Amino acid sequence: MSASPRASGAAELPSRVPGGLAGTLLAFTEDLRSEGLAVGTSEILDAFAALEHIRWAHQPEFREAMAATLAKSPEDRRVFELVFERFFFRAAEAEAARRRITESGADAHGGMEVDLDTLRQQIAAALREGSEAALRDLARLAIAAFGQGEGSGVLGVDVQRIRRALGLRVEPQPDLPEDDPRRQGTPREQLRRFEAHLRRELERALIERTAALPPKRPLNELDRALPAGPIQDLAAVHRVVATLKRRLATQGHELRGRKRHAHVDVRRTMRASLQTGGVPIVLKYRPRRPRRPEILVLCDVSTSVTSASTFFLSVLHALHDAFRKLRSFVFIERISEVTEVFERERDFRAASEAISRDAGVADISGYTDYGRVWEEFLSLVVDELHPRATVIILGDARTNGRPPRDDVFAAITARAGRTFWLNPEPRLYWNYGDSVIAAYERHCTAFECWRTDQLEEFVKALTKPVAG
Amino acid sequence: MDTPPTDMHSPAPASAREVAQGLAQVGYLPGESTALVSFLATQLGKPILVEGPAGVGKTQLAKSLADYLERRLVRLQCYEGLDEAKALYEWNYRKQLLRIQTESEGAGWQDVQDDIFGEEFLLQRPLMTAIAASEPVVLLIDEIDKTDQEFEAMLLELLSDFQISIPELGRIEARTRPVVLLTSNNTRELTEALKRRCLYLWLDYPELEHELAIVRLHTPDLEERVARKLVEIIHRVRELDLKKPPSIAESIDWARTLLLMGAGDIDQQVFDQTMSVILKHRTDMDTVASRAGVVLEPSAA
Repeated sequence: MSASPRASGAAELPSRVPGGLAGTLLAFTEDLRSEGLAVGTSEILDAFAALEHIRWAHQPEFREAMAATLAKSPEDRRVFELVFERFFFRAAEAEAARRRITESGADAHGGMEVDLDTLRQQIAAALREGSEAALRDLARLAIAAFGQGEGSGVLGVDVQRIRRALGLRVEPQPDLPEDDPRRQGTPREQLRRFEAHLRRELERALIERTAALPPKRPLNELDRALPAGPIQDLAAVHRVVATLKRRLATQGHELRGRKRHAHVDVRRTMRASLQTGGVPIVLKYRPRRPRRPEILVLCDVSTSVTSASTFFLSVLHALHDAFRKLRSFVFIERISEVTEVFERERDFRAASEAISRDAGVADISGYTDYGRVWEEFLSLVVDELHPRATVIILGDARTNGRPPRDDVFAAITARAGRTFWLNPEPRLYWNYGDSVIAAYERHCTAFECWRTDQLEEFVKALTKPVAG
Repeated sequence: MDTPPTDMHSPAPASAREVAQGLAQVGYLPGESTALVSFLATQLGKPILVEGPAGVGKTQLAKSLADYLERRLVRLQCYEGLDEAKALYEWNYRKQLLRIQTESEGAGWQDVQDDIFGEEFLLQRPLMTAIAASEPVVLLIDEIDKTDQEFEAMLLELLSDFQISIPELGRIEARTRPVVLLTSNNTRELTEALKRRCLYLWLDYPELEHELAIVRLHTPDLEERVARKLVEIIHRVRELDLKKPPSIAESIDWARTLLLMGAGDIDQQVFDQTMSVILKHRTDMDTVASRAGVVLEPSAA
């Protein structure tokens, strides 16, 4: 199968955008901006300056030069790649449709006899080898063999149908014969790439049939996320927490200043004194350390929030490193202080094991008892609750029918300076069933927190300087 | 550019491929994007911001660029609390004080002032050195993420205009354009203003074949079969959830260790003995030891 006349998307640009190459590039940066990249004018100028020095008809070079000047973080780079694919694919297809060029031979495959089983094997083998060009050709063969007709009209459905027809799976398939390349399972990342090719080829066929561009598909959360390794969930949580730590560190610096303070910086004073002939007239002070709030954290570890508690526990762990004065508690039916565990165990996994082993927070039922927890909490920390203290509760506020005792909760919040509630359920489910978050929300600031960006929102609120 | 000139005396490379070849000659095998961005930096005179996990060769890139371009490397190692006096310039006030004390008798204030704020009493710190050098240099600002935000702000004038202002002497403009590299381990978010002024390069762990080439370049005596197995193991170890995954530097160290031991193969015993070369945390070693079968087996099959 020969390469199509418009395999290199960058070289052929549609004439509809005014301004030729420059116009198209501006349209591209506009597209980047619409997906949330902060592309400044100076960066666009840089991109143009870079183009003078490279072979811009050479796609990898063109792409790298654009990326180096326009996308300035790993996350941005990921979005850049996706938008680049989308933009130049559409630009090239639009131009082709305008000039009525169709993929040569695309129709011929319909009548051609393809040995389906050989094709399945070939595709699986190519996926292991991982050559992009081969993948693209095989994707077109696969569509010719399995994707006949108009399809369902939804590209995603067609892609999955073809994948199933090819028998490609991530998991190993031991019932297949020994020499079948699919036996070991297909690497997740490879499969994703093949699906992307399938989608692209299907889209191309659709454009050719209808001679019109389908509406642009905005990127979703899943696309944006950086591809994850084999240890999916926990590692992802760790990554988020690492960012969180970083943010906390930076936030502290913002509060720092060289204002009046008791400690004189001798070295800087001496240096400044030279302007006055060696007489220290202007005193220089040591920079002020940022004031970290005193924090008390309460974390629900019951079964109704199992998936969330891992997340919460690692957040707790991160907070321990970031704040000097922090007491943490876990609870189900009763409460247990775990501050020491976190201080002793530098490793997150060891800490969570120690907690599940020793904390002794579940009495009999394993159901959360918020009323009892508030009372125990209040009696434990009553001396430390003062206007400078911040209380954070992580939990779903599902009382299992037990009394919420929001009067005790109100007493806690009245004593503490600030109280935050993080709820791992989407706001839609709040106050349905046995959720009593409304009763508590009256006394504190509640955040929904089941996505990482929501966690970041919360951290911003937490680290905002407190008045007084 | 099929036959590059043997004497690499070209101060300004003409293409990304030339940069790639030049870097390879001084012992650094760049990826495609690395070569291209380095090339653009020399052409556009813009700083490069290099980010990526620890030990993928960010600092080494600067050193190799300096080697290749035959320029001096001026390095500024950043740390928390780094200020202008340490990074830019400082008046040598001890010397100034001595000067005032020894000659204060009889000398007028004007004389002394003109005198003590001269070049003689100026202590040049790395940034100033890079700006004032008569020959073009490569300036490496290492681990910029460790500094405070105020320091970053101070760098802005330097990075966009290549000039600095000293109140007593006036503005000092760069005589030559240095190639500037800033590295960051991503321990905190850098400001938008700084990022805007830089070309961005993300260095990640290399692909298997690329890393194999790097290891082979540094330990040519190691058998290819062993080297390949080593790199495969390293790649599998990196996939585990570790505190500090092994870097390229550690792959090379490990290759050297195996060479010294004269190991002809990497089996369970050799792996146990030398694991500490690539893993630097107690907990990481436990993790890998418990999954050693997973790490070693697939290539044995």
